[in-house]
This record gives sequence, C-alpha cells and structure tokens, in this order.
Amino acid sequence: MNMWLEILLYTQIALSGVCLYRIIRGPTIPDRMVAIDIFGILVVGVCAIIAIQTGKKFIIDIGIAWVILSFIGTLTLAKYLSGKKLNE
Amino acid sequence: MRYVSVFILGLVFWLLITFRFTVPNIIVGAAASLLCAAIFAGYSMTGTLQMLNPVRWFWFLVYLVTFIFSCIKANLDVAYRVLHPRMPIKPGIVKIKTSLKSDFAKTLLANSITMTPGTLTVDVKNEYLYIHWIYIRSEDPEETARIIIGPFEKYIKKFAE
Amino acid sequence: MAAIVLISVGVLFNIFGCIGLLRLPDVYNRLQAATKCVTLGCCSILLGVFIHFGLTDAGIKGLIAIPLLFFSATVAAHALVRGTYHFGVKMTEKSVKDEYKSDVI
Repeated sequence: MNMWLEILLYTQIALSGVCLYRIIRGPTIPDRMVAIDIFGILVVGVCAIIAIQTGKKFIIDIGIAWVILSFIGTLTLAKYLSGKKLNE
Repeated sequence: MRYVSVFILGLVFWLLITFRFTVPNIIVGAAASLLCAAIFAGYSMTGTLQMLNPVRWFWFLVYLVTFIFSCIKANLDVAYRVLHPRMPIKPGIVKIKTSLKSDFAKTLLANSITMTPGTLTVDVKNEYLYIHWIYIRSEDPEETARIIIGPFEKYIKKFAE
Repeated sequence: MAAIVLISVGVLFNIFGCIGLLRLPDVYNRLQAATKCVTLGCCSILLGVFIHFGLTDAGIKGLIAIPLLFFSATVAAHALVRGTYHFGVKMTEKSVKDEYKSDVI
C-alpha cells in the first residue's frame, strides 16, 4: 500500500513536469498562464499525498496556503492580460 | 447585519483552519475577523437572513447532488474527447439569456456552468451569459439555453434569489 | 482502503487533464479540459485525505480545502479566459461561431 502511494506521488510530480513543458513551449503568453494556474492546483495534490505518506499533518496547511496564493497570483496575471490597472 | 455575518463567517473559518480552541487563539481570530468585517462587508452578498430558512437548505442539497453528478459526467466527457484519436471538438462561443436577478445567484450559475460538460463562462453582461462550448450541438438559442443551464437554473432560483 | 481508491481516481483524472493540456489545439479548449479535470482530481485527493485522517484536525482541514479549491479554480478560469479574449488570441480554425466578438469589441 505504501509502495502504491509512492507510485501515485511520483505520477503527480511527473504531471507537474508536463505543465512545465507547456510553460516553456507554449506558443502564446496565455498558454503559459494557463499552465501556471494548473501547476498551482497540482501542487496541492502533491502536498496532500505527502501528508498521507509521511503522516505529518502540517503539510495540509501548506496546501491550503498554496491554494489561496495561487488564486491571487492567477487573478493578477489575468488583470495584466486584459490590459487594466490593478485597481479597476 | 452584514457586518455581523461576515464577522461570524470569518471567525468560524479561522477556528477551523487553526483548530486550536484556546482563549488567546480565539481572541486573535476575533480581532482578525473584526478587521476583515470592517474592510470587506461592503462587498458582501445581500439577504443573509433569508438564507436561514430551512426550505432553502433543502433545495440547496438537491442542487448539490445534481451538481456533483454533472461534474463527474463532465470529467468523463473531457476524458472521451481527449483520448479519442481524432478529437471530436467543434468549439464556439454562444450567448444565452438567464432570468436570474441577484448577483449571488448569477455567480453561482456561472460557476456551475464552468464545471458542467464542455462549457466555460467567458463573460456576464446584464442578463446575458457568454459561454465557450467545446462541442456545439444546436444552433437554436432556446435549445442551447435548455441544454446548458436547464438543470441548474430552477434550483438556484429556489434557494438563492 | 477507500482513501487509496479515491486518491487513485484523483490521480487518474489529473492524468486526463494533463493529456488535454498537451493535445488540444488552442488555449480556450486547453483551459476548459485542464480546469475541469484537475480541479475534480485534486478535490478527490483531498476527500481521500479526509477519509484517511478521519475527524481529526488534518481531516477537517482537508475537508474545508475542497470548497476553497473549487471556488478559487472556477473564478480563476473565468478571469483567465476573459483576459485571454481581450488580449486578442484567435480561436482555432475548427471553431464554428463567435457571438462574443460583435457585442464587445
């Protein structure tokens, strides 16, 4: 069972690598931003699996903080895309 | 009234996220939620008292079950389109009309549309929703509205208006 | 055991979402596939965390992370797709109609 969890963890990390490929390769700027958004959500899954595997409970807190920070970052990038100032 | 609801919501969220029920922690949380209520209560949703009605909670549960089922269906749909060798997609942006009035209900409807099979809300203007649809199945506006927002609009109208 | 099954299902959905991110032709379709699949996959993983830890502090934290993730992901998707349209990225050649262009720009 622990072995299987480890396989799932490495799969999840490899999926983050797929997002990195899209960030480097993406033909347009919005493609890269979408990949950054998806990367932020995938890291939450990695945090949750590590918390189960090692039994350390504080890693869930890191996941929650990551959700909120990635949300704020994506909103800022979207504001930049639509060409507005940050206070509009 | 608005200030009180934002304050209670913030305090409950703080207690759940720290999960330590000692007196100093509750004092810090109360101070933080007071600050949040002073700043953000102007943006909060209206009509918080009517949400205490149990009939609305019943319709909310019905809506939640419908929503979870359609969410799972959406994922299987995306998996089919992605794994198919020729990728059966026919994308486009369509415009539909909704009868919901309040901002809270419109936000919920837009979020539900984003999570249902093959649709993504692009913009909301007055009473029109612009929706990116990955496989356009009909050209008629009424048929389109029935397919996309049909399952959710009636439940949202019952509990969030 | 149920926790392991839920986590496996979540990772499977994440795999579908990332394949969509690689294969689909333009940014709107990519955003659509990736947001749906990855959000539900991570919600499933967090539900697995809740079942594994039970009603302790870590379990409750995993449970309240689910609505947080849900709303933040959908709102971020709206903001991104609207910003992309105003940025001026063309839709793919397979697209059949666009009723947004005439009303906005």
